[in-house]
Amino acid sequence: MRSQRLLRLRRKFWRTQLYVLLIVLSAIYLVPFFWAFTTSLKDRGAIFEYPPRLFPREFRFQNYLEAFSMYPWLTFFRNSVIITTLSVLGTLLSSPFIAFGFAVLRFPGRRALFFLVLLTMMIPYYTTLIPRYMLFKQLGWIDTFYPLFVPDFFGNAFFIFLLRQYFMGIPRSLFEAAKIDGASTLRIYWNIYFPLARPAVITVGILQFMTVWSDFIGPLIFLQSPEHYTLVLGLNAFRGVYFTYWHYLCAMALVISIPPIIFFFIGQKRIIGGITISGLK
Amino acid sequence: MNKLRRREALEGYLFILPGLLGLLIFMVGPIIATVAFSFAEYDLIQPPRFIGAKNFLRLFSDPLFAQSLKVTFTYVILSVPLSTAVALALALLLFQRVKGLAVFRTIFYIPSVLPSIVSAVLWIWLYNPQFGLINYVLKLLGIQGPRWLYDPHWVLPAFAIMGAWNVGPTMIIFLAGLENIPRVYWEAATVDGANAWHRFRYVTLPLLSPTTFFVVVTSTIGAIQTFVQPYVMGGGGVGGLGAPMNATLFSVIYLYQQGFRFFNMGYASAISWVVTTIIILLTLLNFALSRYWVHYSVE
Repeated sequence: MRSQRLLRLRRKFWRTQLYVLLIVLSAIYLVPFFWAFTTSLKDRGAIFEYPPRLFPREFRFQNYLEAFSMYPWLTFFRNSVIITTLSVLGTLLSSPFIAFGFAVLRFPGRRALFFLVLLTMMIPYYTTLIPRYMLFKQLGWIDTFYPLFVPDFFGNAFFIFLLRQYFMGIPRSLFEAAKIDGASTLRIYWNIYFPLARPAVITVGILQFMTVWSDFIGPLIFLQSPEHYTLVLGLNAFRGVYFTYWHYLCAMALVISIPPIIFFFIGQKRIIGGITISGLK
Repeated sequence: MNKLRRREALEGYLFILPGLLGLLIFMVGPIIATVAFSFAEYDLIQPPRFIGAKNFLRLFSDPLFAQSLKVTFTYVILSVPLSTAVALALALLLFQRVKGLAVFRTIFYIPSVLPSIVSAVLWIWLYNPQFGLINYVLKLLGIQGPRWLYDPHWVLPAFAIMGAWNVGPTMIIFLAGLENIPRVYWEAATVDGANAWHRFRYVTLPLLSPTTFFVVVTSTIGAIQTFVQPYVMGGGGVGGLGAPMNATLFSVIYLYQQGFRFFNMGYASAISWVVTTIIILLTLLNFALSRYWVHYSVE
């Protein structure tokens, strides 16, 4: 009887310790955000104050407006939106389409070809970077948006893998029944399978959005003139010019992160599901 | 019937055609092209000129290339164990059936949602030797903080610490791995008198080893390809490529410099091949070593 109570007490003690640890760790993980946010509200003098103040004397929200007016952010924003939209559109048109072919339709060499697609996931991005550049240069696409979204219209190996898994979970009898009713394969794909795969398609769209919105190396290599910069490149250039204006840098860094953070909250469950699949494949 | 099957096969090929075209244009073609260009001299202006194995010979006597390999491997050795351990620790904490799991998971994940340029900007500021938060906190603890991004000895550890802040996806993979272990194993161990450490060492770690293996392989490949941190943050972000003193001259930075700053496309192709070969060899090494520590349960 007594040992039971002792055991419960000990358990309770460890539980409390666990929560204390989790809260401390959470604080550590959130500190960079907090620090960036308070910095973004300080005046220029307060940034270089020692010891640093955790909360600014006055909250200068106008820093955001000032930072915004110092640089052509609206152009960068427009470019980011155009590139991201086209890239997500290309991904959603191509990857489910290809995945349907691999998952539902039967043809000789299907396994071998699918294996080939999976193999390309292993190839480092940088291996093909230089010839890609030369290819796009031949096409006259350097300093245009084309290199940043056209390849997405040809499918993405990981997404094809993800969507194929999903399509394979749908019984083939559905396909055969629709065939007997006289529907064409394209119609079956577009009217039955694509809508059925909606959860997986949305996951893919969100993951692609986050990747393209945040991409650094692609725009860095393929875009040249500042009027074609994305927000990510814009922030990098802004940092190069105003490298001690930490209130403005932190303000714009936080603003650029808002869309991916919103999409993360919308699709949290799905993103985590997608990652889980990638780890268990 | 046969006619129907033939038709389905034809349609099958049509459906996967975009994927195969993409593979050919953006993968297979470029790979063959890098092989060809690695034996050539090409500056994008003059037509490419075949020079045999000269690029590779030059690579092996190029002190900067040697430096880039040293930097890359030092970083892999620092960052892969650290990030793996941190991700596993976070996953284990979240696995204890905690209340508010979703909230904590979101908090630990959210740094990984930021664009890499944003993390880089925030951490340059955090690592600022005079006015940064990190050295201020160290000072409160009575420690004189190093000059982090400006110090050739501290810049790679600084990147590795920042990497441990960015372990969201790895943590999720570990959490999924833990959830796949049948709870009976821990219960049986407890009945047999195993304490928490024994349960972790002799039940959790062996049963989790396939997941750990996957994480180690993918994060090694990722670490070799590090680009944004050294490009943006080296020397506090104002010292140029490789700053301070080539301590952040990662292989991919060197490839970028040769290819896109100096336009030595042939030489850059050769670098990309050597680095790719190293990635493949390292992955094979990981697979070879896995025999000694990865246990696949017999099912």
